[in-house]
Amino acid sequence: MENKRKYVIPGDVITTGPYRPEQNVILDGNKIISTAIGISEIYDDSIKVIPLTGKYIPKIDDLVIGKVISHTSLSWELDINSCYVGFLPAQDVFGRDFSAHADELSSKLKSGDLVAARIANFDRTRDPLVTISDRDLGKIDSGHLVKISPSKVPRLIGKRGTMIQAIEMATGAAITIGQNGWVVVSCETPEGLLKAKNAIQMVDEKAHVANLTDQVKEMLESKGES
Amino acid sequence: MGGRDTTLVLLDENGIRCDGRKVDEPRRIMIKAGGLKNADGSAYIEFGDNKILVGVFGPRDVHPKHMSNTDTGILRVRYHMVPFSVTERKNPAPSRREIEISKVIKEALEPAVMLDKFPRTAVDVFIEVLQADGGTRCAALSAASVALADAGIPMRDMVAACAAGKAADTIILDVNNEEDQAGQADMPIGYMPSLEKITLLQLDGVLTPAEYKKCVETGIHGCKIVYELQRKALTEKYFGNGEK
Repeated sequence: MENKRKYVIPGDVITTGPYRPEQNVILDGNKIISTAIGISEIYDDSIKVIPLTGKYIPKIDDLVIGKVISHTSLSWELDINSCYVGFLPAQDVFGRDFSAHADELSSKLKSGDLVAARIANFDRTRDPLVTISDRDLGKIDSGHLVKISPSKVPRLIGKRGTMIQAIEMATGAAITIGQNGWVVVSCETPEGLLKAKNAIQMVDEKAHVANLTDQVKEMLESKGES
Repeated sequence: MGGRDTTLVLLDENGIRCDGRKVDEPRRIMIKAGGLKNADGSAYIEFGDNKILVGVFGPRDVHPKHMSNTDTGILRVRYHMVPFSVTERKNPAPSRREIEISKVIKEALEPAVMLDKFPRTAVDVFIEVLQADGGTRCAALSAASVALADAGIPMRDMVAACAAGKAADTIILDVNNEEDQAGQADMPIGYMPSLEKITLLQLDGVLTPAEYKKCVETGIHGCKIVYELQRKALTEKYFGNGEK
């Protein structure tokens, strides 16, 4: 069967047969049942549902935008827009020779600061461990934070990044998308910033519409003229 | 139980009930998904003269911490009737009945909600009955299920609920307040339509085995009607009528 898309709600039988259940679907006998509101997609041998609602569940290697809530003498806690708090150990920032006596955590990151981080480890038993020691990660000094629904992040990125590229090209903004639905937009010109923010919000509102990339492009171009 | 009220005709010779319905006809039902901005998911239901608002939060941190479970998430349900929901002012403190219904609804939702995906968290369901007219637990359960789906909590199936019962020696669908007071039996049923499983079944009254069977079938028929409306509510909110 080809890539057949269908709108589903929890409990809907998407199809029957030997498929591999992926995200948001369960196998009951030979029936494949959706567990979320979303759009079902059938690939060669697997089925998944792209959810349209729901909270962010951390996944290892996800890039997220976090906000520092508090710190102890050994670690920071980050709000990552999830049901779990991100745990950022001090060694990650100060290096191996971190000493709880000598180094003051608030000298590097204060509560309220935004950071781009990567989920280093996460399992059912512990809160997600995040890291900022990598290229493009770390404290975010400038930009505007836009919050969208985490379930719509794949839509904002688009197929092979087409959507986000379209927005960046048209506005000249630099956009960092966290998988947790927090997006940081920075731009040299205030018009570009406003346009990029509007475009992101438009994707959030109209995520289920087909041909959204074209609509967004149209919106960006029309605003440019007026 | 047993026709105490002699002036009220529960079923006339034409098979029409006291509120003008046929025996297998539910009341007017309207469900709306969403509506509350601050809740993660919400739903509003009008089930005849019942008006119920449901808000869902979660999955989120459990407070108090000792309630959390390291193996699975927990579901917490509060069913509450506002003081003006009934003719005489109801004390807003949780009554014995409300505590029971909270528990019953929680247990009716648990088979559907896949909480094992979120260990150490809680999903909170708040049900406010704004106006009550018999069969609130069924209406509340149906609305709670829509609100949970709206919040994006993974579910094996929706839970639809409807009551069946017996009045004037006839099995009827969707018992209203008068039929509940003066009728012979009331059986609320919660049902997962795709999995074809019952999650809630209570019975107040006396039925013969044959009547019992018919009553369950009638109730399930009602649940399927409710399910279609739940689907419609969610489809309208998320896909804007355009069925693909």
